[in-house]
Amino acid sequence: MNERIKKLREESLNSEEKISIERARLLTEFYSSGLADQCSVPVARAKAFKYILEHKELYLGEDELIVGERGPLPKATPTYPELCTHSLEDFNILNNREKISFKVDEETKKYQFEEVMPFWNGRSMRDRILNEMDEQWKDAYSAGVFTEFMEQRAPGHTVLDDKIYRMGMKDFKEKIKASIDSLDFYNDPQALSKREELNAMDIAANALISFAKRYSLKLYEVAQNENNQNRKVELETIAGICDRVPENAPKTFWEALQYYWFVHLGVITELNTWDSFNPGRLDQHLYPFYKRDIDSGLLDKEGAKTLLQAFWIKFNNQPAPPKVGITSKESNTYTDFCLINVGGLNEKGEDAVNELTYLILDVIEEMRLLQPSSMVQISKKNPDQLVKRALYIIKTGYGQPSLFNTDAIIQEMLRQGKSIVDARNGGASGCVETGAFGKESYILTGYFNLTKILEITLNNGLDPQTGKQIGLQTGDPKSFETFEELIEAYEKQINYFADIKIKGNVIIERLYAEYLPAPFMSLLIDDCITKGIDYNNGGARYNSSYIQGVGIGTTTDSLTSLKYNVFDKKKFTMEEFLFALSKNFEGFDELKSMLSNETPKYGNDNDYADEVLKSVFEIYFSAIDGRPNTKGGHFRINLLPTTSHVYFGSVTGATPDGRLAGLPVSEGISPVQGADVNGPTAVLKSAAKIDHLRTGGTLLNQKFSPQIFEGEESINKIVSLIRSYFKMDGHHIQFNVVDAETLREAQKHPENYRDLIVRVAGYSDYFVDLTPELQEEIIRRTEQMSY
Amino acid sequence: MTDSIHGIVFNIQRFAIHDGPGIRTTVFFKGCPLRCWWCHNPESHKILPEKFDGCNLRRGFDQSFTMNKDEVGKEISADELMIEIVKDRLFFEESGGGVTFSGGEPLMQSEFLTVLLKECKSLGIHSAVDTSGFTSEDILNQVAPNVDLFLFDLKLMNDDVHEKYTGVSNQIILKNLIELDQLGKRIIIRIPIVPEITDTNENLFAIRGFISYLNNVIEVNLLPYHRAGEGKYQRYKKENRMNDTVTSDKKNLENIRQFFSELKCKVKIGG
Repeated sequence: MNERIKKLREESLNSEEKISIERARLLTEFYSSGLADQCSVPVARAKAFKYILEHKELYLGEDELIVGERGPLPKATPTYPELCTHSLEDFNILNNREKISFKVDEETKKYQFEEVMPFWNGRSMRDRILNEMDEQWKDAYSAGVFTEFMEQRAPGHTVLDDKIYRMGMKDFKEKIKASIDSLDFYNDPQALSKREELNAMDIAANALISFAKRYSLKLYEVAQNENNQNRKVELETIAGICDRVPENAPKTFWEALQYYWFVHLGVITELNTWDSFNPGRLDQHLYPFYKRDIDSGLLDKEGAKTLLQAFWIKFNNQPAPPKVGITSKESNTYTDFCLINVGGLNEKGEDAVNELTYLILDVIEEMRLLQPSSMVQISKKNPDQLVKRALYIIKTGYGQPSLFNTDAIIQEMLRQGKSIVDARNGGASGCVETGAFGKESYILTGYFNLTKILEITLNNGLDPQTGKQIGLQTGDPKSFETFEELIEAYEKQINYFADIKIKGNVIIERLYAEYLPAPFMSLLIDDCITKGIDYNNGGARYNSSYIQGVGIGTTTDSLTSLKYNVFDKKKFTMEEFLFALSKNFEGFDELKSMLSNETPKYGNDNDYADEVLKSVFEIYFSAIDGRPNTKGGHFRINLLPTTSHVYFGSVTGATPDGRLAGLPVSEGISPVQGADVNGPTAVLKSAAKIDHLRTGGTLLNQKFSPQIFEGEESINKIVSLIRSYFKMDGHHIQFNVVDAETLREAQKHPENYRDLIVRVAGYSDYFVDLTPELQEEIIRRTEQMSY
Repeated sequence: MTDSIHGIVFNIQRFAIHDGPGIRTTVFFKGCPLRCWWCHNPESHKILPEKFDGCNLRRGFDQSFTMNKDEVGKEISADELMIEIVKDRLFFEESGGGVTFSGGEPLMQSEFLTVLLKECKSLGIHSAVDTSGFTSEDILNQVAPNVDLFLFDLKLMNDDVHEKYTGVSNQIILKNLIELDQLGKRIIIRIPIVPEITDTNENLFAIRGFISYLNNVIEVNLLPYHRAGEGKYQRYKKENRMNDTVTSDKKNLENIRQFFSELKCKVKIGG
């Protein structure tokens, strides 16, 4: 890492996260000016977007090579009052909370109180959503049966393909014009709304061009006063780049990166989309530019690396927009889930690994930043060298990159009806979510607490935490004579809550389609322009809505325990069991010891437990997969938790697997912490008994002590371990390589471990930023490593 | 498969990565004719299952297959054991691994072992036998044809010293090693590096000299003594004669590795 990058990186690490009122102010100014009242909703949104980009402050850091910030300063994070209008209390919480805090100054609070709140309260999306939800939804939501993604952040969950490297905004405008010209007002009843949407996209394209031109002018200006001749030339070069892109398609490596960065800022300024957005298959997109510039002598390898590193730092400057309440519990982190993909296959199905793949991996290793996150796609056609290179980075304990099975991802997409080319050009984003990059809106809508629903089933529809009847009356479990009766009751409850969640989702989908279109995002995702339909309204080629199941390990072990101890071995009656649960196992030491030592558990390649796992999977899958959403697509499932397993555990009482009330449930498809005792091959085999190909992503955490990565022979064996899992169609695996002792030290002396990044679940985070519960959970996981 | 034959094993470890090539499942047979001072598996000595104090033994067994809290060792049929072995076949094939029969001394249950070896052969599962070499010529000849790889322990070359620290003479061991070599079996020699017992210059010279006459040794592994067995001696109420010995330091191990690297085979520290 050269001195310049070192400095920029330090600056990024040392910047303080704070709330910037700039965007809220500009947005409120625009909407209260009356300008919005004269146009259609999408055009108003586009004009607001343009207004913000035309008036926002332009940040230019010393020695920067890639320019542009979302806020007026690095890590100055905007709010999105049209979506979620923060109260002053919210701001105080953000300012004062110990973890993931955002500083809020008095001026910001004052403006929020005097201008933003009066205008947006009652009009924000969050208010609309909460008004629309019925009692059943509210009961389930507040009981922690599920969460709702869209009440504070907008639908996003998409990734860019290669189109911006081929087309300038100018070309997008041409395409928009052609689409408008082909509108059929005689036969298409939607023609007018399509025209409005397309006009909005055109305005959004202009907005980005003029934003870049503002930067260009500023850079020329600064260059004029620059005394350092080298920097002066550099500033002029960047000024020239910003003048050319995004208006035109990029011609050089540098232009390609700067173009993407403007697009990125556009997306995250328009709305606070979940899983912000990312360039996706970066090694594929940039390789032609890299090759050309290297061949022509315009760039050398070091130069390319420096530019990539400068690009990396830009991501790190954009913390995830702050969340409050339950939403902050489900994913409380500064990371915004930009998951850069390298490796995998090209659209012809050939090994796509190139020189740039390895250069990007070098960048990942050196930068050690929280953002962007990174992953390696591994197809059976990719060389072992790629896997090894990734493992050498993983072994340093930084939790990146995670490893994905390209061949499984492709099959998942084919099952969902995507074309083979779109599938091969896709990958995974966010934590582990499969998507057709540049062509799909794949919205995660909320976590679904599989374990809580079992608790409700065992209480005949009652939530024992509140005493409220929130589920169906599926029978007193004491009256069940067979395990099948219990499973049947569980299935009914799952279906019931899935219905409630889906009803909420379809309403929310319509609210976004109606009130919060995203014309800029729509430019970028096929086929919004040709269809003349917004990204939030089904304009994308593929539209998937996901509900993420959480706690499948705990649920499986709990059901297995009842099957084994109550129905098969008859060691305890259901009544005794339920009583012990209600007492949180206090005074039931014998039972508890039997549960932990003598009851089959998922994660051991033991069919007794793993058959139950398969039933739980099928029940969940059948409740959701294939049901239509309102955008011409379908509901799908995936199995990942972010940090919701901690929240979901906190609202769920003791469970029949021996878990005490309030403790986290299992994360992803990982076995319950400490339940797996037969080593990693057994875990992988158990996990592979889930039909990964019928999901849109599963998350498996595997913990290793650093010692296991010692020596090339060991690395080779881990390569085989991964290849075997992928042969069994496993979707994803990630490793936490850190010893418990280090983590304990970090808890005691957080000040010395500020840069300690650990794998949480589908993403990495600073250990010291995690809640004490999550820290404990990670230490527990780590201490249980027998390997 | 023959379902009549049973054996006694005390652990099955999957994802064993230090007992031969690739990812392996190591089956630990109970019973050993040697009593090495540095043994870190004292629970392997007696052939029959035995009780011990406390129940903090790692639950290494597959849950479906044993749950004895206070007993070490379990009688298991060859069929049952094969079910466990076959579970990781995919990993074996992917990594060039297989099954390793260790112990204890697997050759002490030679009939049971032979059935398992034949079964592995018929399924195309690579097999390794980790042995002290202390067995009869008949048994050796009965077992050897079905073994793909021997992990053969060489501890001490001086017979008196060998007898002192292991309880048996090394004559038969050395003879068996030569026999296996002449049969053309692939052999990895494993040398426990126990400070002041096996790591003397005299002993290491003698071992290296002996190996240099063999033709089929593909690798030499130097296994550093570690104190992992300490707790077990207390738990099983067995006398630990290694009180103050500590692990060799890295530099010493590296010197020893250098010393062995004159042989024409791979030499590494650890299994």
